[in-house]
Amino acid sequence: MGNPLPASRAAEAFPAGLRVLIVDDDATWLKILEKMLRKCSYQGRLLFAPTIARGGAALLLRVSSVLSVLDRDFVTTCSLATDALHILRERKARFDIVISDVNMPDMDGFKLLEHVGLEMDLPVIMMSIDGETSRVMKGVQHGACDYLLKPVRMKELRNIWQHVYRKKMQELKEVETHSIDEVINILRNGSEDDEDRHLTDETEMSFMRKRKDVDNKEFGDQELNDPSTVKKARVVWSVDLHQKFVNAVDQIGFDKVGPKKILDLMNVPGLTRENVASHLQKYRLYLSRLQKQNGGTCGGNMQSDHINKTIKGKFGLKSSTNMQQDWELTKYACTTENFRTHGIVANVAHVSEMNRVAPAQVIASKKGLVNGAQLGLFLSFKGMLPSIKEKACKPLHDERPVMQLMQYPEQENYSISEGYSCLANPDQDHEPCFDHLPSSQPLVTLATCTNGKDMKDLYEMKPLQPAMPPMACMIDSVSIQVKHGLVNLQDTGAICKLEGSPCIEDCYVDETCNQGCFPLTCEVSLKSKSDLDSMPEDLHLYSVQKLGCLENVSCSGPEIYQYIDSVPASEVQSINWCEGSEPSGEYLYDPVDYSLIDEYLFA
Amino acid sequence: MESSDLQRRYIDFTSTLFREGFLDSQYTQLQQLQDESNPEFVTEVVTLFFQDSEKLQDDLTRTLDQEVVDFKKVAAHVHQLQGSSARFSTPPMRSLCIGAQRVKNVCMAFRICCEEMNREGCLGCLQQVRQEYFLVESKLETVFRLEQQIVAAGGSIPLMW
Repeated sequence: MGNPLPASRAAEAFPAGLRVLIVDDDATWLKILEKMLRKCSYQGRLLFAPTIARGGAALLLRVSSVLSVLDRDFVTTCSLATDALHILRERKARFDIVISDVNMPDMDGFKLLEHVGLEMDLPVIMMSIDGETSRVMKGVQHGACDYLLKPVRMKELRNIWQHVYRKKMQELKEVETHSIDEVINILRNGSEDDEDRHLTDETEMSFMRKRKDVDNKEFGDQELNDPSTVKKARVVWSVDLHQKFVNAVDQIGFDKVGPKKILDLMNVPGLTRENVASHLQKYRLYLSRLQKQNGGTCGGNMQSDHINKTIKGKFGLKSSTNMQQDWELTKYACTTENFRTHGIVANVAHVSEMNRVAPAQVIASKKGLVNGAQLGLFLSFKGMLPSIKEKACKPLHDERPVMQLMQYPEQENYSISEGYSCLANPDQDHEPCFDHLPSSQPLVTLATCTNGKDMKDLYEMKPLQPAMPPMACMIDSVSIQVKHGLVNLQDTGAICKLEGSPCIEDCYVDETCNQGCFPLTCEVSLKSKSDLDSMPEDLHLYSVQKLGCLENVSCSGPEIYQYIDSVPASEVQSINWCEGSEPSGEYLYDPVDYSLIDEYLFA
Repeated sequence: MESSDLQRRYIDFTSTLFREGFLDSQYTQLQQLQDESNPEFVTEVVTLFFQDSEKLQDDLTRTLDQEVVDFKKVAAHVHQLQGSSARFSTPPMRSLCIGAQRVKNVCMAFRICCEEMNREGCLGCLQQVRQEYFLVESKLETVFRLEQQIVAAGGSIPLMW
């Protein structure tokens, strides 16, 4: 267990002096944790959030009795998450890490987590008695970096510094990509909302310089011991700043958004692209979660011509600056009703990596297939084009809701505009339809999964408006998530259907057409069912790899059909897809750089 | 008494408690947290714990006493009870703690009664809960007394492991 370090040495050893905030509604736990913190030589602050339900006077009594046994210097009490946030913001002494119980009846621990993570960029750890997978997953989705089970053991508490360290490492990495001057700039200006970190002191800047020269693993240095003043100013995403951020994102258009643009629009001195990028990542995650919470519905505002806006509102896109993959996926889930009236959009960007086909993931609605019903999946791929217009989906007629999506590439090297409608069986619950964005070598993959045997009627596609410009598209890989769907992705037949001809009633696999149009073959590797089981129950991943490419050079040109065979009726199959799959199925990848699809696909 | 005798008695008694599921390794952890700077740590924690549970039980009684019983609230309380009794225990799979296993069983029955909106059943369960807690409390008191005696006799409190 160790004795606390002697005071003179305590300042040097890194984990010591870690500033921890603990939020809990249970006084006994607070006491135990406080003691543990002491033992680890951490500087703890306890936030006691007593349950209001226990009554007014009794509550006061309780609080005072608790305070009497806890060290007053270390304990603050509050009852609501908002209060807790307030306290966190106010605190002059910054915290390095926050640990919060999530079972508190009067405060939503998850909300607190989320806000702390988003606003303050602190690592947050959850605590709970309940160690169920779903809870843990929820915690991770809300941004927690760890999950401690109560009763918390000493050794676990000892190790929490790793999260702080990791975060610092990440931030340092971001910093190091800047030139020193930029860093100095940051230090000089600080965040406009963060006066505490307003570093104008020359000495501190020289510390910063020195820090960059020093191996960043060294925390032992006395001057570097207080990370919040020495390292680059950590941007606090206050409400105002965040609002600016959101406004900027709105203005740009969610699907075209990029950190640089946001940064420019926000016009906040001292804010770096990296700050914005990481915040954007969180924001997207947050949105996707919100969107998921809204019952997985598409949202009413899809039905407009301003799909751009709505898309951005509905999409959760996660971007990572360390992206290996250059593809982007937007998840959409929608229900049948929404399908009729709203547009369902998923953007799938294609991958441009040479060596692998990174599937784009399309997450279909949670509601699986109705037996025997058709499932029409349409995937659209987000083009590499930064600006793509999309029209709203409109239902063509009542019975068979049809989504029409059209994109018009704006750049010359795009010869495609694609639009297609996907038709879904009204019986089906499960009809994701994806917005389609062309790329310079656009990929269109339409996947239809059927439960039944009828391959012919896999899906029906209605063309878009007659005036469709010629298009050519390329299909990249796509992975489709279908819940309990039957998917059989044909090895050779990934057909994209493009509108061109006004009425295409049926899609069918057509080898000849296929051959004519696709130099590629579509590969599908199916995962075994057991793999499927390990997926979250609502989602199964399917990936269709190397779907193929289409060339359609005229309006009435050959249509290329994306065709997906159906598999034997009884099985749900999931298709293997590239690594990087995450359990939640909600995750999204965002390419940092859009790049063209390489020719390798056609090899 | 000789401190060694006391210590032996202490060990015997606490071993029994461990065996019967009243205490477990978490308790040992608590002991280990205690040190010279805070010699009363364990007692304080346990006191807090019992204060907590008592409040909880009072709440339960009050809720069940009302004209129209809000069973949802009762269930929530029970959940807390169940949770709080895990305080001193290792995860539910493992055995036990301050009567946790026994309390857990009662709590499960309790929740069923809540779902069935069975007031009588709830009251019965509550009674059982009280009994369990009382039992545990008295056991712990004995432990503390023994500890105090040992210290008074100049010995040191043996850690269970």
